[in-house]
Amino acid sequence: MLTETKIFCGCPTAFGAEPNTQTCPVCIGMPGVLPVLNRRALEFAIRTGLATNCAISTYSRFARKNYFYPDLPKGYQISQYELPICEHGWVDIASEEGGHKRVGITRIHMEEDAGKNIHEEKGPYSLVDFNRTGVPLMEIVSEPDIRTPAEAVEYMKKLRTILRYLGVCDGNMEQGSLRCDANVSVREAGSAGMGVKVEVKNINSFKFVERALAYEIKRQVKTLEEGGALVQETRLFDTQAGVTQSMRTKEEAHDYRYFPDPDLVPLVVDEKWIEEIRASLPELPDIKFKRFVKDYGLPEQDAAMLTEERAMADWFEEAVKAGATPKAASNWMMGELLRLLNKKNLSIEKSPIDPKQLVDILKEIENGTINRTQAKEVFEEMFNREFHRIYDTSGRIEVTLPAPKVAMTARQIIKEKGLVQISDAGELEKTVDEVLSASPDEVNRFKGGEEKLMGFFVGQVMKITRGKANPKLVNELLGKKLST
Amino acid sequence: MELCRLGIAETRALIDKGEVSPGEVLASVLGRIDAVEDRVRAYVTVTRERAGEMARESRGGPLSGIPIAVKDNMCTKGTPTTCSSKILENFVPPYESTVTSRLLEAGYVLPGKTNLDEFAMGSSTENSGFFPTSNPWDLERIPGGSSGGSAAAVAADECIAALGSDTGGSIRQPAALCGVVGLKPTYGRVSRYGLIAFASSFDQIGPITKTVKDAAALMNVIAGHDPLDSTSAPVEVPDFTAALSGDIKGMKIGVPKEYFIEGMDPEVESTVREAIKALEGLGAKVLDVTLPHTDYSVAAYYILATSEASSNLARYDGVKYGLRARAKELLQMYTETRAGGFGAEVKRRIMLGTFALSSGYYDAYYLNAQKVRTLIKQDFDEAFKKVDVIATPTTPEAAFKKGEKTGDPLKMYLSDIFTNSVNLAGVPAISIPCGFTGGGLPVGLQIIGRHFDEENVLKVADAYERATDWHKKRPKL
Ligand SMILES: [Zn+2]
Repeated sequence: MLTETKIFCGCPTAFGAEPNTQTCPVCIGMPGVLPVLNRRALEFAIRTGLATNCAISTYSRFARKNYFYPDLPKGYQISQYELPICEHGWVDIASEEGGHKRVGITRIHMEEDAGKNIHEEKGPYSLVDFNRTGVPLMEIVSEPDIRTPAEAVEYMKKLRTILRYLGVCDGNMEQGSLRCDANVSVREAGSAGMGVKVEVKNINSFKFVERALAYEIKRQVKTLEEGGALVQETRLFDTQAGVTQSMRTKEEAHDYRYFPDPDLVPLVVDEKWIEEIRASLPELPDIKFKRFVKDYGLPEQDAAMLTEERAMADWFEEAVKAGATPKAASNWMMGELLRLLNKKNLSIEKSPIDPKQLVDILKEIENGTINRTQAKEVFEEMFNREFHRIYDTSGRIEVTLPAPKVAMTARQIIKEKGLVQISDAGELEKTVDEVLSASPDEVNRFKGGEEKLMGFFVGQVMKITRGKANPKLVNELLGKKLST
Repeated sequence: MELCRLGIAETRALIDKGEVSPGEVLASVLGRIDAVEDRVRAYVTVTRERAGEMARESRGGPLSGIPIAVKDNMCTKGTPTTCSSKILENFVPPYESTVTSRLLEAGYVLPGKTNLDEFAMGSSTENSGFFPTSNPWDLERIPGGSSGGSAAAVAADECIAALGSDTGGSIRQPAALCGVVGLKPTYGRVSRYGLIAFASSFDQIGPITKTVKDAAALMNVIAGHDPLDSTSAPVEVPDFTAALSGDIKGMKIGVPKEYFIEGMDPEVESTVREAIKALEGLGAKVLDVTLPHTDYSVAAYYILATSEASSNLARYDGVKYGLRARAKELLQMYTETRAGGFGAEVKRRIMLGTFALSSGYYDAYYLNAQKVRTLIKQDFDEAFKKVDVIATPTTPEAAFKKGEKTGDPLKMYLSDIFTNSVNLAGVPAISIPCGFTGGGLPVGLQIIGRHFDEENVLKVADAYERATDWHKKRPKL
């Protein structure tokens, strides 16, 4: 969860600090310390529950999950077991056959993260970093509704979108802020019930979700087809080899000896507070998607892409508000903007160009100052200049010196680059005449019916004018001249 | 009279009048420690230097200049806190417990950290990982436990007052056996932050003192909600000393038949019955009450307390602090650290608790014990509809000989038979001196009150104390 402090103490949660600099007696499990629940973490769990259609428990409990490991300072993890904070929810994902598929959510519970063991290559010892110990986590458990690896990926992406909309998690799988343990079982087509369940761990990217599950399904089917039996076990996904390997069987599984944590009183959540949180929820992706299709007349594919990230949707709506037609804004965002952002490895939140600047360029197309090709040039130029105005060359660190406050306008760039479209009919007529008299063969063939040569003539005019000619006017002039 | 023999109130008065200085009080206490400690062995650590500084710097505050011993399971920043366990022998806390923070604010002087049964698990202080403490009334005998060090230190005048902790009787039982006053407050009344946990849903810190008035005075300092302890109750704290009116006319005192059982020492029984008669003589009404589930309390207590302990003590794994065995592999490091660091009783309880929580046994043990706990709570709720407080013996017998029960854990567990229920119910209870056996060993009277009604408990105890002089008797050391 994206809380500023840990779940049971006041230590910061920021990623990447020096080892053991974000710790205190509570999160390193000193003798005698006690946990105090971070209210923000509880609020985040409730937000997530509400956004995934769960029932929020007004009475829930924390429990201790007991096991020994050096990265677990108390010898137990504070989690929720019998009475989780959220239960019985669902999310809809896009189904492969088109339309939607509903995936049930069994429960969402809160718990604390463990630390990190660092195995020193030099010495005969390991080190432990407790910075991550006590960072609040939510575990979202789904019902056995997912049927294919692709659906699993869809489900994970949907969860990620929702979590990011809510601002409760950044959804970064590589940094471990979104993790996935997948339970896989196969059964003969048409049979009822579920087969033997195998848990697959260590899946730390969307790509690996698909690969690990596809492999595991294949392995299970093959085992059964060869007359073998499956065992309930936990398997690790080997990202290098692309296979899963047995970690421990059911018999070797830990007995976690869960019991209610006596250091934390039962969690009683006020109905009024739940309603306040419900009222503060942002518009969620499914609803936004429908609204984008309905209100802006966007194709579903555009609406889906724009609503995948809340910041993207916000950018789009600002552009429309500033005067862009929805489809034009969508096209430019999906095309040029995303292309340039990806090139600089920036998220939409960090876009050097704001929606008003895009609208500024679109207006110059509309009023005929520039054509679409020129507009792309202006856009890229503006993007790059603004990028350098706001960021240093690495593109990562914002410059500490105050960047000039004044943003670039399209007009400035058009002027500087001499990009103004030639719309002077007299000037263009001269060029058209020049082209026609230099190509008598082509003129004759055109007049003989080879009309596709029109493109050749336009191209020649553009070449001479270095792309500045108003294409509409050029077409008109050529049409007139060639018909006589 | 020697200053170390005084209680908080008298010492306070002398210091306030300027007749003695905190330094003189401390010198008297340290002198007493020098004189008797080799026989009593109440302290794990005597903090001579730190005490000197504290006495010199003491100015103002209700406990300013008063030497108060602290059981060695409460974290004191910069001063070793061992829990009388080899596994924490070298542990120096980097933080201060809430209770000792409050004592510091009130100006106390720390003469030292007192001995206990390792991790507060025991009833005789013989389970200390370092050495047993002796009962000042008879050095051959145990002082009770687990706060045996604190009770003995108070009884032997090696401090003015002390703090103990009570999980199943660990304040009241040693107070009774050492002839001093010991109060276990309502669960949630005093913060547990910094108290090294034995069984979190039972543990409660309280005063061990020479008089009831002193217990009330200490409660005024240590009681109250603590944002660092989620189980500490946001309940208003009264002035406990204001409750000590001496007048208990018309108060209803319940006497449960379940606390006068076959097999208990007849001398203890008659002494306690005598004390209850004396309360009647002071104008209280004595009524029969029943606490029908008392028989199950020891079983329920030992299942729940050991379950919690098995988890609470998992952190002593050699990774972060305390003892670490040298080993080639992680598992070996764990097992050797814990095998070498914990004593037999601690290991026994970790195993009991681990078993009770194991899958397949959880329902039969842990869950059933929780149900019993609820029934015992209800027993008290019912009884308190009829009476204001309940009076019982604190223990079934007076102090026993060292080694008498070490070979039979079950016998040892039964020393808590009259105190366990109170912890299961979470109610407050005090033990006060109410006489002596023919052999000259102190006997304790237990007075139990409603949740957060320490005031009536203290009031009855104080009225009894005013009418008797058992509390003035001192062991000849
Ligand atoms: Zn912390």
